[in-house]
Amino acid sequence: MKRFTAAGAPRIGLIDFPGSNCDRDCNDAFERHFGIKLIPVWHTEHTLPQVDAVLLPGGFSYGDYLRSGALAAHSPIMGAVKSFVSKGGAALGICNGFQILTESHLLPGALLRNRSRRFICKFVNLAVGSGNSVYQKQLGQRVLRLPIAHGEGRYYIDGEGLRRLHDQGQVAFRYADAKGHANDESNPNGAVDNIAGIVSENGRVMGLMPHPERATDPLLGGSVDGLAVLDTFLSSFM
Amino acid sequence: MSSPDSPSCSDYEVIVRLKPEVLDPEARAIQETLTRIGFAGVKGLQVSKRYVLSIEDQGANAAGHAEQIAREYLANPVSETFQIRKL
Repeated sequence: MKRFTAAGAPRIGLIDFPGSNCDRDCNDAFERHFGIKLIPVWHTEHTLPQVDAVLLPGGFSYGDYLRSGALAAHSPIMGAVKSFVSKGGAALGICNGFQILTESHLLPGALLRNRSRRFICKFVNLAVGSGNSVYQKQLGQRVLRLPIAHGEGRYYIDGEGLRRLHDQGQVAFRYADAKGHANDESNPNGAVDNIAGIVSENGRVMGLMPHPERATDPLLGGSVDGLAVLDTFLSSFM
Repeated sequence: MSSPDSPSCSDYEVIVRLKPEVLDPEARAIQETLTRIGFAGVKGLQVSKRYVLSIEDQGANAAGHAEQIAREYLANPVSETFQIRKL
């Protein structure tokens, strides 16, 4: 795992919206485990500071009004984020951050209300999909254990879109059992094809519903598999 | 509400709903409850969101703006459809 000094650390912009609530957890995880202090960027900004990557944290941006992530997708800073991504910049969207990335059309599909109608907060197992992104290559065949916490995390895309995702190796994470088999029992929210996370065609934009930053410290029990995901995010632009 | 000094507005109603092939858990829950309490004849139920836009007529393409707002902002074309009409 990577560890940086203050002078040598990558510059990661942490995009904050009114209602973001996982920003501090993200900062804590990156600072304590990697030596990286994230650079907060408020949603009203029209430009990004000099950054190597951007991180969109979880929460309930704009109160989830209209649709989760829909109003955030049209906030001033997202124009700068889209421009950054269009030039090959790396981005990681976690939970509400994933919803914002789909509403911004930086990732395909949509996140809808859970099949069960319940807000689900629990650990899940994730199988890593096949593809050429650094996420799929670096995390390989292992089964990851990460927590989810969402009411609207049911990934949806139509049949043609799903075929394209598979053909282009964009399915990064699928809800699975402990052995890594994706089936209906291991699908917590009714997501199409058990999809929990996808990458962009160039492999540089990652969106996932599970929270890697919440699985980084043994003190919290459960799992520290989130560290591997955050480490891979760093690999995606370094 | 328009006053004599303010420009006149037209109201446009936009109804947004999930595409028929997309599961709507809320609609299903309501329908199941109706069935359970005795309305067995209810075989379908749709939930939608209704927006009413009041748009200035003067100098602007109000109908075009209403259409653009519905298409690009109020509805997500991945999972939703919309209908629009002038009130």
